[in-house]
Amino acid sequence: MGIDSLIGGTIWDQYSEKVTCLMNNPQNMGEITQEQADAMGAKLIVADFGAESCGDAVRLYWAVDPKTDVILESKFKSFGCGTAIASSDTMAELCKGKTVDEAIKITNIDVEKAMRDTPDVPAVPPQKMHCSVMAYDVIKKAAALYKGVDMESFEHEIIVCECARVSLSTLREVIRLNDLTSIEQITDYTKAGAFCKSCIRPGGHEAKDIYLVDLLEEYQKEKLAKQADSSYDAPFAQMTIVQRLKAVEKVIDDNIRQMLIMDGGNIEILDIKENGANFDIYIRYLGACSGCASSSTGTLFAIESILKEKLDQNIRVIPL
Amino acid sequence: MRVYLDNNATTIVDPHVFEAMEPFFVQKYGNPNSLHQFASDTHKPLKEAMQKIYAGINAKNEDSVVITSCATESNNWVLKSIYFEYILTGRKNHIIVSEVEHPSVIATAKFLESKGCKVTYLPINNEGIVEAHTVRDFITDKTALVSIMWVNNETGAIFPIEEIGEICASKGVLFHTDAVQAIGKLPVNVQKANIDYLTMSAHKFHGPKGVGALYMKKGKELTPLLHGGSQMNGFRSGTLNVAGIVGMGKAMEQAIDALDFEISEVKELRDRLEDALLEIPDTFVVTPRSKRAANTILVSFRGIEGEAMLWDLNRANIAASTGSACASEDLESNPVMEAIGAEADLAHTAIRFSLSRYTTSEEIDYTIEVVKNAVNRLRAISSSYAYAPEGHESKL
Repeated sequence: MGIDSLIGGTIWDQYSEKVTCLMNNPQNMGEITQEQADAMGAKLIVADFGAESCGDAVRLYWAVDPKTDVILESKFKSFGCGTAIASSDTMAELCKGKTVDEAIKITNIDVEKAMRDTPDVPAVPPQKMHCSVMAYDVIKKAAALYKGVDMESFEHEIIVCECARVSLSTLREVIRLNDLTSIEQITDYTKAGAFCKSCIRPGGHEAKDIYLVDLLEEYQKEKLAKQADSSYDAPFAQMTIVQRLKAVEKVIDDNIRQMLIMDGGNIEILDIKENGANFDIYIRYLGACSGCASSSTGTLFAIESILKEKLDQNIRVIPL
Repeated sequence: MRVYLDNNATTIVDPHVFEAMEPFFVQKYGNPNSLHQFASDTHKPLKEAMQKIYAGINAKNEDSVVITSCATESNNWVLKSIYFEYILTGRKNHIIVSEVEHPSVIATAKFLESKGCKVTYLPINNEGIVEAHTVRDFITDKTALVSIMWVNNETGAIFPIEEIGEICASKGVLFHTDAVQAIGKLPVNVQKANIDYLTMSAHKFHGPKGVGALYMKKGKELTPLLHGGSQMNGFRSGTLNVAGIVGMGKAMEQAIDALDFEISEVKELRDRLEDALLEIPDTFVVTPRSKRAANTILVSFRGIEGEAMLWDLNRANIAASTGSACASEDLESNPVMEAIGAEADLAHTAIRFSLSRYTTSEEIDYTIEVVKNAVNRLRAISSSYAYAPEGHESKL
């Protein structure tokens, strides 16, 4: 709202340089044929997501080593706008060299972050976020094909937005991961609700079992419930990965981040992995922190201590 | 080379128009309603400008052509005044518009619908045209107003305004036409077409932005939307936009003078561009040429999302437009493509090229070359033209 919202047509001004470059010269655009896959001794996976009639469609090609599950080559073709093409390109790049199981963990946020010029400036405006969500969905589709999950299982998913074919599980996940609080945001991220609008709330031309407003309400209740018992702190070990990330973010926000920002730096939580009895938290220093001598000694010690104290004694912090 | 082919969005100001407006900023800046020489200096130029605007649409002196701030204001005025006078008072309960009207009509109609007015949205046929008989079919004795545009902004399709005007007159229903895309592109004659209200906008015919007008037939004057100091005979209060009115008058005069040029020379360039575009495989154009304004092409390139095409055109310094998904800030597909019943896969592929009398032959040659390259590049990226191994099931 306010001054920045009054003059339209600024979508392209908000693209990062990387998005612009990838649109102009996509690096992984192309196909993998059956012959090429055979020559690599690889299994060819061809996955489609989206539809031209909805404005975005992507086809992902993987050549996967059947012995190691490693994605040897990854290419895409895309019907869509500049950000759809750039997101698909980035997604294909992120898949390369990963195992199929690792690739499934790539999220739309990873895709978007990889297209940023600077860590704290989004690569695309919010109404273009749905392009990266599609890039993330097609990976899951490809992985399902590789693992031989029955195609029919997709049809049995509960689809909340038929027009954009957005499933209940995708919606729940995207709402949680991105902390969405409005219908407009859901539409920006997933395209759900952009078309016939009957999935937004009761009263549209088609009756639904569950509406987007219900999902927002469900998430808000969940958040409130979590806030209510945060004073008792569920054991870190019993949290889901999303809860763990949120818990770590909260401890950093409450105790560390302000100090780092005052010194012209910042920190980004990249991942949390269980390593035997330990929880390895991978972080990246930003701004003045990266390269600061204290980042591998005093600051690191402080971050690790507070996380151990607040969350779990088995936490280890590993800067990348 | 910079090529501007988005003249249905707005146009370059004609240098003669700019010149005519210039004295009214730092020399003759008086308020026309004041009583001193500064005011008097504006009266003759304003009168001449108004005469040109009247002449341009063949309005009679006893009719009122009220200057507004834009076509959106004019369209809002008609619908909302009709609501105040006829719907709110219970005399009538219904208005008719087409489903492809400009948002300033559609959104206003939807607003009035939320206030209890019944609205019929007339369909277009597969040529993108509202058929006159549909107006007759939907008029009831409770219909207060029919509002149908003269020329569609997306396709350039010319609607049968004279026929519709006749139907409305015979049924005793008020008739409004949004003629924003018609002025300067075809002869506009309010007498001949039985028009009660007509909307226009200066910046669509090489005049300045911020000036529109509403023609009201004598005896059909509307309740004002803007109340205040009683300017424009009390129909539209607000200090007169002197430079804007002078500019609109000059622009109207130039547009009428250039009408023959528009329907011969501009059409020839448009046709050459269109022929070249249609040589590209899997391409189609909405609305037959004979039923379209001379300057417009709405073309669909299969497999290429509209904004992606605009991106490549813009990189080559060519300005065109799409009403589809990404370029406008919402995610809707082009409403006309949906309305004409185009294949769903093409809903997001429409690109509009709109020429003007300033478009040159060189610019068209250059555009043809750029479009061909863009189609090749973007179809190479497109999943619509992608390899699939044998037995691949592409649908989810």
